[in-house]
Amino acid sequence: MKRIELAIAALLGCSAIASIAFVVIYVGGADTQGLGISLGAALAFLAAAVLLASRRLFPDTPVAEERPEFARPPEDPGVTAGPAAERAEELAGEIESPAEAITRRRLLIAAGGAAGTALGAALVVPVASLGPAVADRLHRSPWRAGLRLVDERDAAVTPAMIGARGFVTAFPEGVDKRELAAPVIVMHLDPSSLNLPPGREGWAPEGLVAYSKICTHAGCAVSIPRSPLYPPRAPRPALVCPCHYSTFDPAKGADVIFGPAGRALPQLPISIGSDGALIAAGELSGDVGPSWRGTRGGT
Amino acid sequence: MSRERAVERRGGFTQRTVRWFDDRTGSAGGVRKVLRYVFPDHWTFLLGEIALYSFVVLIGTGIFLTFFFEPSTATTTYHGAYAPLEGATVSKAFASAMNLSFDIRGGLLMRQTHHWAALVFVAAITLHLMRIFFTGAFRKPRDINYYVGVTMLMLVIVEGYAGYSLLDDLLSGMGLAIGNAVALSFPLFGADLSNLIWDGQFPGSDAFMSRLFIVHVLILPIAIATLLTIHLILVARPHHTQFAGPGTTERNAIGSALWPVYALRSIGLLFAVSGVLFALGGLIQINPIWQWGPYEPYQSTNAAQPDWYLGWLIGALRLMPPLEIRAFGSTLVPNPFFGGALFPLLLFTFLYSWPWLERRITGDRRLHNLLDRPRDNPLRTAVGSAVLTFCLIVFFAGSSDRIFLEFGIPYEGQVVALRIAVLALPVLIFLLVKRTCEELRRTEAHPLRDFPGRVVRRTPGGGYEPEP
Repeated sequence: MKRIELAIAALLGCSAIASIAFVVIYVGGADTQGLGISLGAALAFLAAAVLLASRRLFPDTPVAEERPEFARPPEDPGVTAGPAAERAEELAGEIESPAEAITRRRLLIAAGGAAGTALGAALVVPVASLGPAVADRLHRSPWRAGLRLVDERDAAVTPAMIGARGFVTAFPEGVDKRELAAPVIVMHLDPSSLNLPPGREGWAPEGLVAYSKICTHAGCAVSIPRSPLYPPRAPRPALVCPCHYSTFDPAKGADVIFGPAGRALPQLPISIGSDGALIAAGELSGDVGPSWRGTRGGT
Repeated sequence: MSRERAVERRGGFTQRTVRWFDDRTGSAGGVRKVLRYVFPDHWTFLLGEIALYSFVVLIGTGIFLTFFFEPSTATTTYHGAYAPLEGATVSKAFASAMNLSFDIRGGLLMRQTHHWAALVFVAAITLHLMRIFFTGAFRKPRDINYYVGVTMLMLVIVEGYAGYSLLDDLLSGMGLAIGNAVALSFPLFGADLSNLIWDGQFPGSDAFMSRLFIVHVLILPIAIATLLTIHLILVARPHHTQFAGPGTTERNAIGSALWPVYALRSIGLLFAVSGVLFALGGLIQINPIWQWGPYEPYQSTNAAQPDWYLGWLIGALRLMPPLEIRAFGSTLVPNPFFGGALFPLLLFTFLYSWPWLERRITGDRRLHNLLDRPRDNPLRTAVGSAVLTFCLIVFFAGSSDRIFLEFGIPYEGQVVALRIAVLALPVLIFLLVKRTCEELRRTEAHPLRDFPGRVVRRTPGGGYEPEP
């Protein structure tokens, strides 16, 4: 017994030392590892001391305690009678008895229900203040014919730049880059491999295609241009979203070739301006980002 | 000296203190009853306590963090100890989280401990739920408390998501983008829902960040703490459950009294849990936001993993085939609805309705204070195992991008294989578990402890003889 008391005292002493070490480390530069190990050790020594006390210092003889009786436990098959059941019945009687004086009970219950429901609805309505009306804002896009394409640093995007980097994330000039419909990914494909949907003739000058960079599945940025830039290099170029691996075929209008996305990435028709920089030749072919009930451009 | 004063001075420190309180509150009788409260013992009973103590650590470290964190998407120029981002334009939320990590003494310890505690918190709750489910502890009179517990699980998952979405680093932003897609995907009202939460189109206005903050530091913690209080009262009221053993009946509880053995044991556990959490927070890096960088909607990163308790949702979003229900030129059900909303809704509907379902199936409406062993109810154990298998496979799909990067196993192949497994394996597991339970019940063998065979010994001549 005495040895255990000594051991507990030693553990408590170690805990105190570790706590002091924590303070010392905090004052002297506050190294995160040092803080963690000292505080962790202080608590661990304390835990060891307390647990040792509970295990060895006091006798742990099992004690039996009667449970409060809620209803008849399964040893007695009868369900009614017994003090617990009576208790509940007495309470129910006490709650109901004043209401016996009421004659048109159903009318009052119906009226009360109507008042309660209406008040509940009235209290919920202010939730609508949280956001502006949806209206057309989800369809909105800053892209218009004639807008120049610029990169993250506002430099005009040129075919040479895409040739050098493989692909470029571009934005409409002068527009907030955080707007969801703003970023497009521009990449160069072999013009003979292009098989764009009908009606998109001339949208890809010199094999340059531009698609919205926001995944039509869950709204992440489609930032992996798979093959030829990054492995796996087969079978042909694809745009991959790293969140859920929706995979789009840029040669075929960014149709979904794998993964959970339900529709193609919207395409931006582009042309090459007289100064050699890329400009938008129209608007995006569909709604940007995740689908909702009013999504346009589904295929 | 008056007589009153003489009485007040009698006895040692404990006696005087107790008398002081009892004179003012009349609580001595009640406290005495509490000290004698009996806790039956089993190692799985500790899981709920680990969750409770992780919550204590979360509150403590969380309060520290609120003193420094600034929930604002307004931009500022970063100046701080982390040189690679010097001069970068970042949100105030990101900048203040960076300062917490690099410039405030003990800030990184608190931030990382908070994050680790959140992971352990949800893990302990999940394991606790599994214990409750597989031992039938949710039966009358504890079914109300089971509903309270399942509700808390739902709230803490949202709370954790809100927490790591606050930092406005690249991973938070990607997580919020996905959350927004799930909100948008609700049929009919999805667009309005997203619009109300984000105050406009994603990534939303500055109001969104302060809303998220108040939800994370006030609304959900209060909701969780309230439910936690109800949970503990409803545990203590009918007293703890226990496994059948010598002397146990439906009417008693056998174990250690609160004072002194159980109190010391539980306080010891509090120190042990917080010790481990602070050691983890100090020693093992978690969520290094400076490596992810600030969020821009046009950026994302490969092989990013969310906190573990969201892995099943990201997995479900990945496994879902590209189905999107359209009619009359409008989208009725966008794809993220199936994995991100329908799957969790179905799972929680299952959890909420199981006590009722089991009552319907077995016709057992009696009170139960003695726990089942998993084998005692083969159907429940088999159904639970099948649901768990389904969730685990979906969870596994959430990490398939990491497996692709680490081991080079093609992503597409993994997803196709997992789509098959997620349909086939639960059925297989259901049959296997049901059969095993029935067999164990028949033979009364312990699957791990008992050895049903006979031990033989090899003789020098090469033969075998039974061990004496």
